[in-house]
Amino acid sequence: MANVRNTARPMSPHLSIWKWGPSMAVSITHRVTGSGMATVGTLLFVWWLVALASGPAAYGLFLDVFTVKSGALNVVGYVFGIGLTLSFFQHMCSGIRHLFLDQGANFELKANKTTAQLTYVAAIVLTAAFWAFIIWGKTNG
Amino acid sequence: MGNGTSIGRVRGLGPAKEGTHHWWHQRLTAGANLVLMVWFVVSVALLPTYDFETVRHWMGQTQVAVPLILLVASTFYHFRLGLQVVIEDYQHDETHIVLMILLNFFTLAAGTTAIFSILKIAFSAGAAL
Repeated sequence: MANVRNTARPMSPHLSIWKWGPSMAVSITHRVTGSGMATVGTLLFVWWLVALASGPAAYGLFLDVFTVKSGALNVVGYVFGIGLTLSFFQHMCSGIRHLFLDQGANFELKANKTTAQLTYVAAIVLTAAFWAFIIWGKTNG
Repeated sequence: MGNGTSIGRVRGLGPAKEGTHHWWHQRLTAGANLVLMVWFVVSVALLPTYDFETVRHWMGQTQVAVPLILLVASTFYHFRLGLQVVIEDYQHDETHIVLMILLNFFTLAAGTTAIFSILKIAFSAGAAL
């Protein structure tokens, strides 16, 4: 019986004993992105503010770590920039979905799965739009 | 504690005395974060360049410094509540207590440093650097 699963029944979200599905993946992604922003994001954000408050030399050091001379991002800048914006948009979309779940809505299996997958689509689209605007959107103005 | 309804007679008698403020504050700050972070991301994207003078001048304005301080307060409180749940789920006994103390110190130190930096920029706006 153990290997006969009724696919119409919901699955437990424990990572080690059930196979991956969209709903539990969004849940753990929400936690990972939140924890990442709370640690890495907070340290970079506070460093940026302190550097800006300290003067041109300190701010120049901050920029040197993430950009090349022309002002464009280097590899480190892209890794942290895309990593943090993708984390933010994913956490935001998943968080909005969570507010609906808190009302008792969106627990029907099919709709729950669809909105779980939509948070990934929306997060990737928003991140791509953000960076497209930063990189190409300003050349005309 | 009331003495009328059955829920009123037991409310507040559990070992934690109350239990919903953590959950509710997480949601309240989530709503505030949504507004403030969308403002922040759009504002940063709209900056013409990211050199020292441009960003400093932008942050020195009252209509930028005030929402940015609110953003620090709301997001930092939100992540402190969120990381508390992560710690409670995976760590127990002494480790749990030590990590909670470190989390509180980290949140307060980072938050104070962030708000001080924003105020320093705002209060010296227009002054020679």
